[in-house]
Amino acid sequence: MTVFPIWIKEKKLNMVEQKINQKITISPVTRIEGHAKITLQLNDRGEVQAARFHVNEFRGFEKFCEGRLYTEMPSITPRICGICPVSHAISSAKACEMIMRVQVPYPGHLLRRLVHLGQIISSHALSFFHLSSPDMLLGWDYDPAKRNIIGIAEKFPDVAKRGIRLRKFGQEISERLTGKKVHAMGIVAGGFGYPLAEEQRQTLLNWIPEALETTKIGLDIYKKYYDQHAQEVDSFANFETLHLGLIGPNGEHELYDGNLRMVDGSGTIVGEQLKSENYLDFIAERPVKWSYLKYPYYKPFGFPDGFYRVGPLARLNVASKMRTPSAQEEFKNFKALGNGRPVHGSFYFHYARLIETLTCIELAKEILNDPQILSYEIQAFAQRNQTEGIGCSEAPRGTLFHHYTTDENGVLIKVNLLIATGQNNPAMNRSVLEVAKQYVNGKDVREGALNRVEAAIRCYDPCLSCSTHAVGTMPLIIEIQDCRGEVLNVIKRGG
Amino acid sequence: MSKKKIATVWLAGCSGCHMSLLDMDERILDVAKLADIVKSPIVDGKNFPEVDVALVEGAVASDEHLREIKHIREHSKILISLGDCAVTGNVASLRNLVTKEAALARAYLEAESNEQGVIPDSPEIQKLIDRVMPLHEVVKVDYYIPGCPPSADLIFYVLSEILNDRVPNLDQGKKIKYG
Repeated sequence: MTVFPIWIKEKKLNMVEQKINQKITISPVTRIEGHAKITLQLNDRGEVQAARFHVNEFRGFEKFCEGRLYTEMPSITPRICGICPVSHAISSAKACEMIMRVQVPYPGHLLRRLVHLGQIISSHALSFFHLSSPDMLLGWDYDPAKRNIIGIAEKFPDVAKRGIRLRKFGQEISERLTGKKVHAMGIVAGGFGYPLAEEQRQTLLNWIPEALETTKIGLDIYKKYYDQHAQEVDSFANFETLHLGLIGPNGEHELYDGNLRMVDGSGTIVGEQLKSENYLDFIAERPVKWSYLKYPYYKPFGFPDGFYRVGPLARLNVASKMRTPSAQEEFKNFKALGNGRPVHGSFYFHYARLIETLTCIELAKEILNDPQILSYEIQAFAQRNQTEGIGCSEAPRGTLFHHYTTDENGVLIKVNLLIATGQNNPAMNRSVLEVAKQYVNGKDVREGALNRVEAAIRCYDPCLSCSTHAVGTMPLIIEIQDCRGEVLNVIKRGG
Repeated sequence: MSKKKIATVWLAGCSGCHMSLLDMDERILDVAKLADIVKSPIVDGKNFPEVDVALVEGAVASDEHLREIKHIREHSKILISLGDCAVTGNVASLRNLVTKEAALARAYLEAESNEQGVIPDSPEIQKLIDRVMPLHEVVKVDYYIPGCPPSADLIFYVLSEILNDRVPNLDQGKKIKYG
């Protein structure tokens, strides 16, 4: 079988093909949200030559939404992902609002922002405490059957309980604003469906100190690990790419609104205050045969030089400052790592995620204290006024675009969706390659090394599947094959 | 008595039902005391262990899902359809309104952001089947927990009844609803 990584430029392909004669498949990847496989191809000297992260899921939203009314989209599209449904609802509602040319009342924005922050807090808590802290607290080579949140609960009961409660805090924001934790209704075209009750506001406010404290404990865990493994952390899948994220009018960190900024590998701003409505001017995608995830890139730089990253690391790399005090303090330390340049090491995603969690909790507090948060003026009404709408917001894992075209009755005729994890696809493949080169050598693969390959993907916290991967072990099958697909060796773990 | 074994599986769905499982919060640790949560998403089926309870989220939409769900049925004493996609097909089955070819073509050939097109097709990725199906069209299902997603309380109730060798009463008062 002919296999080669897409980021290798065309001229190098022939050379690569000749060398490949062994293939390692890691499937499924545990403790990420996803249906995915990794294949590593070895050359004749047993060195890792190429790596591919195969995303194995396709449901067809872009097609089957055609023929429906655009106003249904904020309740259908959250079903794309149960971890970031709020971001889908918000991008979708914004696209609808462009079609309606309607202005959302300020308190409507406040409530939407609050649910959005809750989702990012819960998603980041899940990523750090449930999925990634086992590697940091128990070690890469720890018994795979126990390298999960249950294992953490045995060894560090307080950390496990706190992590679970931090995620719960985020989910409770949704529950208390809308009556549901996952796939909350209420984010609608024109604003928000339910006013907030004073009692719920108070309960959430009372939770803030504990949430902040837990995030600081998370930061301590991260920093302790960093101090002991600085070199490994720094070199872990460290390579230059562009970075993309939303920013406010003065370049401040932003998750819900605003325009986009693209910086290059050296930190130079190459796209400033880009409007999401014009996304087709600066982003294009290339599908590949071997994965259901496409390869997006920054159009002015072309393919593959225009590969960019999104998500917590990218958002902190593009931002000039944070909007809240504790997060701003940590942000200075983060920026110092790059010494004036973007921070490229993939392991720093974890650090960035914790800094974002801090700012989300602080922002939630600000919103809960806003004098207008209990207002009933939360939704504006209008009919469709134009045929096209584009909406954009930051999902926990990165920038998310929804693009709808309707006929004159508001019936959808075209839907295009650009999902966060898709935009990190090129970088995830590259990360796996970098780490595999460092830790995997030959067909006799050590368990700890394979976990590191998976961990490279886990840095991106890809949103492809379920998080009960967090609460158990899964047999992991690695096949080493030669170029004719004959199995040379099978390695299993767990189960 | 040996500890029971649970597997949770995700087919064509959004993972929202698994999020709801996690929304059991601290009670997950209680479940872990009653049962070992052994993992699942399988490729060739060889390694799915014998389990007492399998909770399956999502509909059957590909050749791999078909193999997985049949294999899971063979190796599970109790199989639970978890959530609306597993129970009815739900949003996943909206794809049945169009052909799989049209759905793939829209995303990989016609999308506005594509600069060139190719339909994914390789041995490493699953092949879509023509029609998306709820689980009970393929295998026998023992319990149905509807909801998009079902609430954490409902999932916890069903699990704790089954793990204590009782038959869950899903008739009334348990906030059972679709959507």
